[in-house]
Amino acid sequence: MTGAAQVWDEALAQGRFLLQRPQGGGKAVFPPRELAPGTGGDLEWFEASGRGTVYSVTWIQRRPPEAPYNVVLVDLEEGARMMGRVEGVTEESLRIGMAVRARIAEGPLVVFNPVQEGQG
Amino acid sequence: MGDTFPRGRTAVVGSATFGVGEMPGYSALEIAANAVRRALADADISLPEVDGLFIALPDDLFGGLSLAQYLGIHPRFTDNNRAGGASFMSHLVTAVMMLDAGYLDCAVIAYGANQRSSGGKLSTPARPDRWDAPYAPMYPLSFYALAAARHMHQYGTTREQLAEVAVAARGWANTNPEAFAKGPLSVEDVLSSRMISTPISARDCCLVTDGGAALVLTRMDRARDCPQPSVPILGAAAATWYNSLTQAEDVTVTAAAESGPRAMAMAGVTPAEIDVVQLYDAFTINTVLFLEDLGFCAKGEGGAFVSGGRIAPGGTLPVNTNGGGLSCCHPGMYGMFAMTEAVRQMRGTAANQIDGAKIALAHGNGGTLSAQATVIFGAPGTA
Repeated sequence: MTGAAQVWDEALAQGRFLLQRPQGGGKAVFPPRELAPGTGGDLEWFEASGRGTVYSVTWIQRRPPEAPYNVVLVDLEEGARMMGRVEGVTEESLRIGMAVRARIAEGPLVVFNPVQEGQG
Repeated sequence: MGDTFPRGRTAVVGSATFGVGEMPGYSALEIAANAVRRALADADISLPEVDGLFIALPDDLFGGLSLAQYLGIHPRFTDNNRAGGASFMSHLVTAVMMLDAGYLDCAVIAYGANQRSSGGKLSTPARPDRWDAPYAPMYPLSFYALAAARHMHQYGTTREQLAEVAVAARGWANTNPEAFAKGPLSVEDVLSSRMISTPISARDCCLVTDGGAALVLTRMDRARDCPQPSVPILGAAAATWYNSLTQAEDVTVTAAAESGPRAMAMAGVTPAEIDVVQLYDAFTINTVLFLEDLGFCAKGEGGAFVSGGRIAPGGTLPVNTNGGGLSCCHPGMYGMFAMTEAVRQMRGTAANQIDGAKIALAHGNGGTLSAQATVIFGAPGTA
Protein backbone atom coordinates (compact mmCIF):
# COMPACT_ATOMS: atom_id res chain seq x y z
CA MET A 1 0.00 0.00 0.00
CA THR A 2 1.19 3.50 -0.79
CA GLY A 3 -0.41 6.92 -0.75
CA ALA A 4 -2.35 8.14 -3.78
CA ALA A 5 0.44 10.43 -4.96
CA GLN A 6 2.90 7.55 -5.15
CA VAL A 7 0.38 5.34 -6.93
CA TRP A 8 0.07 8.10 -9.52
CA ASP A 9 3.85 8.51 -9.81
CA GLU A 10 4.40 4.79 -10.34
CA ALA A 11 1.69 4.62 -13.02
CA LEU A 12 3.21 7.60 -14.81
CA ALA A 13 6.61 5.92 -14.76
CA GLN A 14 4.95 3.01 -16.59
CA GLY A 15 3.52 5.36 -19.21
CA ARG A 16 0.00 5.64 -17.80
CA PHE A 17 -1.70 8.97 -17.03
CA LEU A 18 -4.21 8.24 -14.24
CA LEU A 19 -7.02 10.26 -12.73
CA GLN A 20 -9.43 9.52 -9.91
CA ARG A 21 -13.18 9.91 -9.60
CA PRO A 22 -15.63 9.34 -6.76
CA GLN A 23 -16.85 5.75 -6.61
CA GLY A 24 -20.23 5.70 -8.29
CA GLY A 25 -19.25 8.53 -10.62
CA GLY A 26 -18.63 12.23 -10.64
CA LYS A 27 -16.10 14.82 -11.75
CA ALA A 28 -12.50 13.64 -12.08
CA VAL A 29 -10.09 14.49 -9.27
CA PHE A 30 -6.51 15.77 -9.67
CA PRO A 31 -4.04 16.00 -7.95
CA PRO A 32 -4.46 12.48 -6.53
CA ARG A 33 -6.07 12.21 -3.12
CA GLU A 34 -6.82 9.69 -0.41
CA LEU A 35 -10.44 10.83 -0.22
CA ALA A 36 -12.97 12.57 -2.41
CA PRO A 37 -12.63 16.34 -1.92
CA GLY A 38 -15.70 17.93 -0.43
CA THR A 39 -17.38 14.68 0.59
CA GLY A 40 -14.69 12.49 2.11
CA GLY A 41 -15.88 9.47 0.14
CA ASP A 42 -13.87 6.79 -1.67
CA LEU A 43 -12.12 7.36 -4.98
CA GLU A 44 -11.34 4.99 -7.83
CA TRP A 45 -8.58 5.20 -10.43
CA PHE A 46 -9.10 5.34 -14.18
CA GLU A 47 -7.01 6.06 -17.24
CA ALA A 48 -7.26 9.66 -18.48
CA SER A 49 -8.33 10.17 -22.09
CA GLY A 50 -5.65 12.85 -22.35
CA ARG A 51 -8.05 15.19 -24.09
CA GLY A 52 -8.32 18.70 -22.71
CA THR A 53 -8.85 22.39 -23.37
CA VAL A 54 -6.55 25.28 -22.54
CA TYR A 55 -8.20 27.25 -19.71
CA SER A 56 -5.53 29.93 -19.27
CA VAL A 57 -2.03 30.67 -20.46
CA THR A 58 0.97 32.77 -19.55
CA TRP A 59 4.27 33.17 -21.42
CA ILE A 60 7.24 33.64 -19.15
CA GLN A 61 9.79 35.97 -20.72
CA ARG A 62 13.48 35.34 -20.44
CA ARG A 63 16.56 37.32 -21.24
CA PRO A 64 17.35 36.84 -24.97
CA PRO A 65 18.52 34.69 -26.61
CA GLU A 66 16.53 32.42 -24.25
CA ALA A 67 13.03 32.03 -25.72
CA PRO A 68 9.86 32.61 -23.70
CA TYR A 69 8.08 29.46 -22.48
CA ASN A 70 4.45 28.86 -21.71
CA VAL A 71 2.66 27.66 -18.59
CA VAL A 72 -0.98 26.70 -19.05
CA LEU A 73 -3.94 25.52 -17.04
CA VAL A 74 -5.71 22.69 -18.84
CA ASP A 75 -9.27 21.55 -18.26
CA LEU A 76 -9.17 17.80 -18.77
CA GLU A 77 -12.19 16.31 -20.52
CA GLU A 78 -13.10 14.29 -17.42
CA GLY A 79 -13.45 17.47 -15.31
CA ALA A 80 -10.13 17.93 -13.47
CA ARG A 81 -7.74 20.81 -14.02
CA MET A 82 -3.95 20.70 -14.04
CA MET A 83 -1.00 22.90 -14.81
CA GLY A 84 0.95 22.03 -17.93
CA ARG A 85 2.93 23.14 -20.94
CA VAL A 86 1.83 23.10 -24.58
CA GLU A 87 4.55 22.08 -27.03
CA GLY A 88 5.01 23.19 -30.61
CA VAL A 89 3.15 26.50 -30.34
CA THR A 90 3.97 30.21 -30.44
CA GLU A 91 2.65 33.17 -28.43
CA GLU A 92 0.39 33.88 -31.41
CA SER A 93 -0.91 30.35 -31.97
CA LEU A 94 -1.52 29.25 -28.37
CA ARG A 95 -5.01 30.36 -27.41
CA ILE A 96 -7.37 29.89 -24.48
CA GLY A 97 -9.99 27.37 -25.60
CA MET A 98 -7.53 25.44 -27.79
CA ALA A 99 -8.01 21.66 -27.83
CA VAL A 100 -4.94 19.79 -26.60
CA ARG A 101 -3.92 16.20 -25.98
CA ALA A 102 -1.66 14.93 -23.22
CA ARG A 103 1.51 12.97 -23.81
CA ILE A 104 4.05 11.68 -21.35
CA ALA A 105 7.36 13.36 -21.97
CA GLU A 106 10.72 12.65 -20.42
CA GLY A 107 10.77 13.15 -16.68
CA PRO A 108 8.28 11.55 -16.81
CA LEU A 109 6.04 14.58 -17.15
CA VAL A 110 2.57 15.13 -18.61
CA VAL A 111 2.77 17.76 -21.37
CA PHE A 112 0.28 18.79 -24.03
CA ASN A 113 0.23 19.11 -27.80
CA PRO A 114 -2.32 20.98 -29.88
CA VAL A 115 -4.98 18.81 -31.52
CA GLN A 116 -5.13 19.52 -35.26
CA GLU A 117 -8.50 20.14 -36.91
CA GLY A 118 -10.17 16.85 -37.77
CA GLN A 119 -8.17 14.93 -35.20
CA GLY A 120 -9.13 14.20 -31.65
CA MET B 1 -24.75 29.68 13.88
CA GLY B 2 -21.29 30.72 12.89
CA ASP B 3 -20.00 34.22 12.17
CA THR B 4 -21.02 35.56 15.58
CA PHE B 5 -18.87 38.67 15.94
CA PRO B 6 -18.54 41.18 18.78
CA ARG B 7 -19.30 44.19 16.57
CA GLY B 8 -17.69 47.31 17.96
CA ARG B 9 -16.69 45.70 21.25
CA THR B 10 -12.97 45.76 20.43
CA ALA B 11 -10.90 48.53 18.92
CA VAL B 12 -7.53 49.51 17.54
CA VAL B 13 -5.94 51.78 20.13
CA GLY B 14 -2.41 51.86 18.77
CA SER B 15 -1.11 51.88 15.21
CA ALA B 16 2.30 52.53 13.73
CA THR B 17 4.62 51.86 10.84
CA PHE B 18 8.41 51.79 10.92
CA GLY B 19 11.05 51.92 8.22
CA VAL B 20 8.64 52.02 5.27
CA GLY B 21 10.69 52.20 2.07
CA GLU B 22 14.35 51.57 2.80
CA MET B 23 15.80 50.64 6.18
CA PRO B 24 19.30 49.35 5.46
CA GLY B 25 21.13 47.76 8.34
CA TYR B 26 18.00 46.45 10.08
CA SER B 27 16.77 42.87 10.28
CA ALA B 28 13.12 41.94 9.78
CA LEU B 29 12.74 41.30 13.50
CA GLU B 30 14.33 44.62 14.40
CA ILE B 31 11.94 46.45 12.09
CA ALA B 32 8.95 44.59 13.56
CA ALA B 33 10.07 45.29 17.13
CA ASN B 34 10.40 48.99 16.39
CA ALA B 35 6.90 49.05 14.89
CA VAL B 36 5.58 47.36 18.05
CA ARG B 37 7.31 49.93 20.27
CA ARG B 38 5.82 52.81 18.30
CA ALA B 39 2.32 51.30 18.28
CA LEU B 40 2.45 50.72 22.06
CA ALA B 41 3.61 54.31 22.61
CA ASP B 42 0.71 55.45 20.42
CA ALA B 43 -1.66 53.47 22.66
CA ASP B 44 0.11 54.49 25.89
CA ILE B 45 0.24 50.82 26.83
CA SER B 46 3.37 49.30 28.35
CA LEU B 47 5.09 46.26 26.89
CA PRO B 48 4.37 43.92 29.85
CA GLU B 49 0.64 44.52 29.36
CA VAL B 50 0.74 42.75 25.98
CA ASP B 51 -0.67 39.27 26.51
CA GLY B 52 -1.48 38.29 22.92
CA LEU B 53 1.14 38.31 20.18
CA PHE B 54 0.33 37.79 16.50
CA ILE B 55 2.92 37.88 13.72
CA ALA B 56 3.95 36.28 10.44
CA LEU B 57 7.49 37.01 9.33
CA PRO B 58 8.62 36.28 5.77
CA ASP B 59 11.70 34.26 6.67
CA ASP B 60 10.96 32.90 10.15
CA LEU B 61 8.42 30.09 10.41
CA PHE B 62 8.37 30.52 14.20
CA GLY B 63 8.15 34.31 14.08
CA GLY B 64 5.80 34.59 17.05
CA LEU B 65 8.25 32.75 19.25
CA SER B 66 11.11 34.90 18.01
CA LEU B 67 9.22 38.12 18.66
CA ALA B 68 8.13 37.05 22.16
CA GLN B 69 11.76 36.30 22.96
CA TYR B 70 12.96 39.53 21.38
CA LEU B 71 10.41 41.64 23.26
CA GLY B 72 11.06 39.69 26.48
CA ILE B 73 7.41 38.99 27.19
CA HIS B 74 5.44 35.84 28.03
CA PRO B 75 2.19 36.13 26.05
CA ARG B 76 -0.82 34.07 27.11
CA PHE B 77 -1.24 33.27 23.42
CA THR B 78 1.05 33.51 20.40
CA ASP B 79 -0.13 33.01 16.83
CA ASN B 80 2.11 32.46 13.79
CA ASN B 81 -0.83 31.90 11.42
CA ARG B 82 0.66 32.05 7.93
CA ALA B 83 -1.86 32.86 5.23
CA GLY B 84 0.57 35.01 3.26
CA GLY B 85 -0.44 38.65 3.06
CA ALA B 86 -3.85 37.81 4.55
CA SER B 87 -2.22 36.50 7.76
CA PHE B 88 -2.68 39.75 9.64
CA MET B 89 -6.40 40.06 8.99
CA SER B 90 -6.71 36.44 10.14
CA HIS B 91 -4.69 37.35 13.23
CA LEU B 92 -7.16 40.15 13.87
CA VAL B 93 -10.12 37.74 13.75
CA THR B 94 -8.51 35.55 16.41
CA ALA B 95 -7.40 38.51 18.53
CA VAL B 96 -10.85 40.11 18.50
CA MET B 97 -12.59 36.89 19.55
CA MET B 98 -10.05 36.21 22.31
CA LEU B 99 -10.22 39.77 23.62
CA ASP B 100 -14.00 39.75 23.68
CA ALA B 101 -14.03 36.38 25.43
CA GLY B 102 -11.71 37.76 28.10
CA TYR B 103 -8.94 35.29 27.31
CA LEU B 104 -6.70 38.23 26.33
CA ASP B 105 -6.61 41.85 27.44
CA CYS B 106 -4.18 43.40 24.98
CA ALA B 107 -3.22 41.99 21.60
CA VAL B 108 -0.43 43.15 19.30
CA ILE B 109 -0.34 42.26 15.61
CA ALA B 110 3.00 42.95 13.95
CA TYR B 111 5.07 42.59 10.81
CA GLY B 112 8.52 43.56 9.66
CA ALA B 113 10.72 42.85 6.65
CA ASN B 114 13.89 44.11 5.04
CA GLN B 115 13.35 42.69 1.56
CA ARG B 116 14.68 45.72 -0.27
CA SER B 117 17.87 46.13 1.72
CA SER B 118 18.56 42.42 1.99
CA GLY B 119 18.55 41.71 -1.73
CA GLY B 120 15.83 43.65 -3.48
CA LYS B 121 13.83 40.59 -4.48
CA LEU B 122 10.62 39.24 -3.05
CA SER B 123 11.68 36.61 -0.56
CA THR B 124 9.20 33.96 0.48
CA PRO B 125 9.51 30.42 1.80
CA ALA B 126 6.43 29.53 -0.27
CA ARG B 127 6.90 27.51 -3.47
CA PRO B 128 4.72 26.00 -6.16
CA ASP B 129 3.43 22.57 -5.10
CA ARG B 130 4.86 19.37 -6.64
CA TRP B 131 2.07 19.22 -9.25
CA ASP B 132 2.72 22.73 -10.57
CA ALA B 133 6.47 23.00 -10.03
CA PRO B 134 7.65 20.89 -13.02
CA TYR B 135 6.19 23.46 -15.43
CA ALA B 136 8.33 26.23 -13.84
CA PRO B 137 5.74 28.93 -13.17
CA MET B 138 7.19 32.05 -11.55
CA TYR B 139 5.96 32.03 -7.97
CA PRO B 140 3.74 33.77 -7.24
CA LEU B 141 3.72 36.02 -10.33
CA SER B 142 2.69 33.52 -13.04
CA PHE B 143 -0.34 32.41 -11.03
CA TYR B 144 -1.65 35.99 -10.99
CA ALA B 145 -0.82 36.17 -14.71
CA LEU B 146 -2.97 33.08 -15.34
CA ALA B 147 -5.86 34.72 -13.47
CA ALA B 148 -5.38 37.96 -15.40
CA ALA B 149 -5.20 36.20 -18.78
CA ARG B 150 -8.41 34.33 -18.05
CA HIS B 151 -10.14 37.51 -16.84
CA MET B 152 -9.15 39.23 -20.08
CA HIS B 153 -10.42 36.28 -22.10
CA GLN B 154 -13.68 35.89 -20.20
CA TYR B 155 -14.66 39.54 -19.75
CA GLY B 156 -12.67 41.51 -22.30
CA THR B 157 -10.57 43.20 -19.64
CA THR B 158 -7.60 45.00 -21.23
CA ARG B 159 -4.01 45.68 -20.23
CA GLU B 160 -4.88 49.39 -20.41
CA GLN B 161 -7.53 48.86 -17.74
CA LEU B 162 -5.09 46.98 -15.52
CA ALA B 163 -2.61 49.82 -16.05
CA GLU B 164 -5.22 52.27 -14.72
CA VAL B 165 -4.87 50.53 -11.34
CA ALA B 166 -1.13 51.26 -11.22
CA VAL B 167 -1.67 54.85 -12.37
CA ALA B 168 -4.29 55.45 -9.66
CA ALA B 169 -2.01 54.00 -6.99
CA ARG B 170 0.80 56.29 -8.08
CA GLY B 171 -1.54 59.25 -7.93
CA TRP B 172 -2.20 58.58 -4.24
CA ALA B 173 1.49 57.85 -3.53
CA ASN B 174 2.57 61.16 -5.01
CA THR B 175 0.96 63.04 -2.11
CA ASN B 176 1.88 60.56 0.64
CA PRO B 177 5.24 61.40 2.25
CA GLU B 178 5.62 57.78 3.40
CA ALA B 179 5.21 56.29 -0.10
CA PHE B 180 8.33 54.85 -1.70
CA ALA B 181 7.54 55.20 -5.44
CA LYS B 182 6.74 58.69 -6.59
CA GLY B 183 6.70 60.63 -9.84
CA PRO B 184 4.57 60.63 -12.95
CA LEU B 185 3.26 57.30 -14.23
CA SER B 186 1.02 56.97 -17.29
CA VAL B 187 -0.94 54.08 -18.75
CA GLU B 188 1.60 54.11 -21.58
CA ASP B 189 4.47 53.80 -19.07
CA VAL B 190 2.86 50.68 -17.63
CA LEU B 191 2.14 49.15 -21.03
CA SER B 192 5.69 49.73 -22.26
CA SER B 193 7.38 48.38 -19.13
CA ARG B 194 9.24 45.07 -19.38
CA MET B 195 6.94 42.07 -19.90
CA ILE B 196 7.55 39.40 -17.25
CA SER B 197 4.83 36.73 -17.46
CA THR B 198 2.09 37.69 -19.91
CA PRO B 199 -0.04 39.76 -19.41
CA ILE B 200 1.81 41.07 -16.33
CA SER B 201 4.58 43.57 -16.95
CA ALA B 202 6.98 45.15 -14.47
CA ARG B 203 4.69 48.09 -13.67
CA ASP B 204 1.77 45.75 -12.96
CA CYS B 205 3.79 44.44 -10.01
CA CYS B 206 4.05 45.67 -6.45
CA LEU B 207 7.22 47.19 -5.08
CA VAL B 208 9.85 45.38 -3.06
CA THR B 209 10.59 47.54 -0.02
CA ASP B 210 11.48 47.34 3.64
CA GLY B 211 9.00 48.17 6.34
CA GLY B 212 7.16 47.16 9.44
CA ALA B 213 3.80 47.88 11.01
CA ALA B 214 1.95 47.05 14.21
CA LEU B 215 -1.53 47.39 15.66
CA VAL B 216 -2.57 47.30 19.34
CA LEU B 217 -6.07 45.96 20.06
CA THR B 218 -8.08 45.93 23.24
CA ARG B 219 -11.69 45.80 24.42
CA MET B 220 -13.70 48.97 23.95
CA ASP B 221 -14.19 49.49 27.71
CA ARG B 222 -10.44 49.68 28.17
CA ALA B 223 -9.92 51.54 24.90
CA ARG B 224 -11.56 54.63 26.42
CA ASP B 225 -8.47 55.10 28.63
CA CYS B 226 -6.13 55.27 25.63
CA PRO B 227 -5.04 58.67 24.35
CA GLN B 228 -5.86 58.15 20.66
CA PRO B 229 -9.42 58.02 19.35
CA SER B 230 -10.15 54.29 19.33
CA VAL B 231 -11.10 52.73 16.01
CA PRO B 232 -13.83 50.13 16.49
CA ILE B 233 -13.62 46.82 14.65
CA LEU B 234 -17.05 46.18 13.15
CA GLY B 235 -16.53 42.91 11.32
CA ALA B 236 -13.77 40.57 10.14
CA ALA B 237 -13.77 37.33 8.18
CA ALA B 238 -11.20 35.06 6.54
CA ALA B 239 -11.84 32.57 3.75
CA THR B 240 -9.66 29.90 2.18
CA TRP B 241 -10.67 27.88 -0.88
CA TYR B 242 -7.36 26.37 -2.05
CA ASN B 243 -3.61 26.88 -1.97
CA SER B 244 -2.61 26.65 -5.64
CA LEU B 245 -4.62 28.82 -8.02
CA THR B 246 -4.51 25.81 -10.38
CA GLN B 247 -7.22 24.27 -8.23
CA ALA B 248 -9.57 27.26 -8.28
CA GLU B 249 -12.96 26.42 -9.71
CA ASP B 250 -12.92 29.77 -11.56
CA VAL B 251 -9.64 31.71 -11.40
CA THR B 252 -11.54 34.98 -11.86
CA VAL B 253 -13.43 34.56 -8.56
CA THR B 254 -11.47 34.63 -5.30
CA ALA B 255 -12.50 33.76 -1.75
CA ALA B 256 -12.88 37.53 -1.22
CA ALA B 257 -16.37 36.83 -2.57
CA GLU B 258 -16.91 34.98 0.71
CA SER B 259 -14.80 36.94 3.21
CA GLY B 260 -16.12 40.32 2.06
CA PRO B 261 -19.86 39.64 2.35
CA ARG B 262 -19.34 37.84 5.67
CA ALA B 263 -17.34 40.72 7.17
CA MET B 264 -19.82 43.29 5.85
CA ALA B 265 -22.77 41.30 7.24
CA MET B 266 -21.13 41.26 10.69
CA ALA B 267 -20.57 45.01 10.44
CA GLY B 268 -24.07 45.64 9.10
CA VAL B 269 -22.80 47.59 6.09
CA THR B 270 -23.06 47.29 2.32
CA PRO B 271 -20.35 48.15 -0.22
CA ALA B 272 -22.17 51.41 -0.97
CA GLU B 273 -21.68 52.50 2.66
CA ILE B 274 -17.91 51.99 2.64
CA ASP B 275 -16.09 55.30 2.33
CA VAL B 276 -12.51 54.15 1.79
CA VAL B 277 -11.10 50.84 0.55
CA GLN B 278 -7.62 49.36 1.18
CA LEU B 279 -6.87 46.27 -0.92
CA TYR B 280 -3.79 44.09 -1.11
CA ASP B 281 -2.63 45.01 -4.63
CA ALA B 282 0.30 42.66 -5.20
CA PHE B 283 -0.48 42.98 -8.92
CA THR B 284 -2.88 45.26 -10.80
CA ILE B 285 -5.29 42.35 -11.44
CA ASN B 286 -5.78 42.02 -7.65
CA THR B 287 -7.53 45.36 -7.36
CA VAL B 288 -9.87 44.48 -10.24
CA LEU B 289 -10.69 41.04 -8.81
CA PHE B 290 -11.23 42.28 -5.26
CA LEU B 291 -13.42 45.24 -6.25
CA GLU B 292 -15.64 42.72 -8.06
CA ASP B 293 -15.55 40.02 -5.40
CA LEU B 294 -16.19 42.48 -2.54
CA GLY B 295 -19.23 43.80 -4.38
CA PHE B 296 -18.13 47.27 -5.48
CA CYS B 297 -18.98 46.30 -9.05
CA ALA B 298 -20.30 43.23 -10.86
CA LYS B 299 -18.05 40.30 -11.81
CA GLY B 300 -16.33 41.09 -15.07
CA GLU B 301 -16.87 44.85 -14.83
CA GLY B 302 -13.77 45.60 -12.74
CA GLY B 303 -11.71 46.71 -15.71
CA ALA B 304 -14.26 49.33 -16.74
CA PHE B 305 -14.81 50.23 -13.08
CA VAL B 306 -11.19 51.23 -12.43
CA SER B 307 -10.96 53.26 -15.65
CA GLY B 308 -11.33 57.01 -15.95
CA GLY B 309 -9.74 57.68 -12.57
CA ARG B 310 -12.63 56.30 -10.50
CA ILE B 311 -10.30 54.86 -7.82
CA ALA B 312 -7.63 57.59 -8.19
CA PRO B 313 -7.41 60.85 -6.20
CA GLY B 314 -10.58 62.81 -6.96
CA GLY B 315 -12.43 59.67 -8.08
CA THR B 316 -15.71 58.47 -6.61
CA LEU B 317 -14.26 55.47 -4.70
CA PRO B 318 -10.96 56.08 -2.87
CA VAL B 319 -8.92 52.85 -3.13
CA ASN B 320 -5.46 52.39 -1.60
CA THR B 321 -5.13 55.96 -0.46
CA ASN B 322 -1.53 55.45 0.67
CA GLY B 323 -0.45 54.28 -2.79
CA GLY B 324 -0.90 50.58 -1.98
CA GLY B 325 1.60 47.83 -2.56
CA LEU B 326 2.09 49.14 -6.08
CA SER B 327 3.46 52.54 -5.07
CA CYS B 328 3.58 52.99 -1.27
CA CYS B 329 5.36 49.92 0.06
CA HIS B 330 5.47 46.15 -0.24
CA PRO B 331 7.79 44.50 2.23
CA GLY B 332 6.89 40.95 1.21
CA MET B 333 3.51 40.73 2.91
CA TYR B 334 1.41 43.89 2.65
CA GLY B 335 -1.67 43.03 4.73
CA MET B 336 -0.65 45.08 7.79
CA PHE B 337 -0.23 48.23 5.74
CA ALA B 338 -3.76 48.01 4.34
CA MET B 339 -4.95 47.97 7.97
CA THR B 340 -2.69 50.78 9.24
CA GLU B 341 -3.87 52.99 6.37
CA ALA B 342 -7.52 52.12 7.12
CA VAL B 343 -6.92 53.06 10.78
CA ARG B 344 -5.35 56.37 9.77
CA GLN B 345 -8.36 57.13 7.57
CA MET B 346 -10.71 56.39 10.47
CA ARG B 347 -8.68 58.56 12.86
CA GLY B 348 -8.63 61.36 10.32
CA THR B 349 -4.84 61.40 10.14
CA ALA B 350 -4.08 59.90 6.70
CA ALA B 351 -1.77 61.78 4.34
CA ASN B 352 -4.58 61.61 1.77
CA GLN B 353 -7.42 61.97 4.24
CA ILE B 354 -10.90 61.34 2.84
CA ASP B 355 -13.15 63.98 4.43
CA GLY B 356 -15.91 62.53 6.56
CA ALA B 357 -14.90 58.89 6.06
CA LYS B 358 -16.86 56.78 8.57
CA ILE B 359 -16.35 53.21 7.35
CA ALA B 360 -13.12 51.67 6.01
CA LEU B 361 -12.51 48.25 4.51
CA ALA B 362 -9.10 46.56 4.58
CA HIS B 363 -8.61 43.40 2.54
CA GLY B 364 -5.70 40.99 2.63
CA ASN B 365 -4.63 38.42 0.07
CA GLY B 366 -2.25 35.53 0.51
CA GLY B 367 -0.59 32.87 -1.60
CA THR B 368 -1.79 32.70 -5.19
CA LEU B 369 -5.11 34.50 -4.68
CA SER B 370 -5.65 31.70 -2.17
CA ALA B 371 -6.25 33.14 1.30
CA GLN B 372 -8.56 36.13 1.56
CA ALA B 373 -9.53 38.13 4.65
CA THR B 374 -11.57 41.29 5.08
CA VAL B 375 -11.82 43.70 8.03
CA ILE B 376 -14.32 46.54 8.49
CA PHE B 377 -13.27 49.46 10.69
CA GLY B 378 -15.46 52.32 11.88
CA ALA B 379 -14.62 55.91 12.71
CA PRO B 380 -14.22 56.65 16.45
CA GLY B 381 -17.60 56.81 18.14
CA THR B 382 -19.51 55.04 15.38
CA ALA B 383 -19.90 51.66 17.07
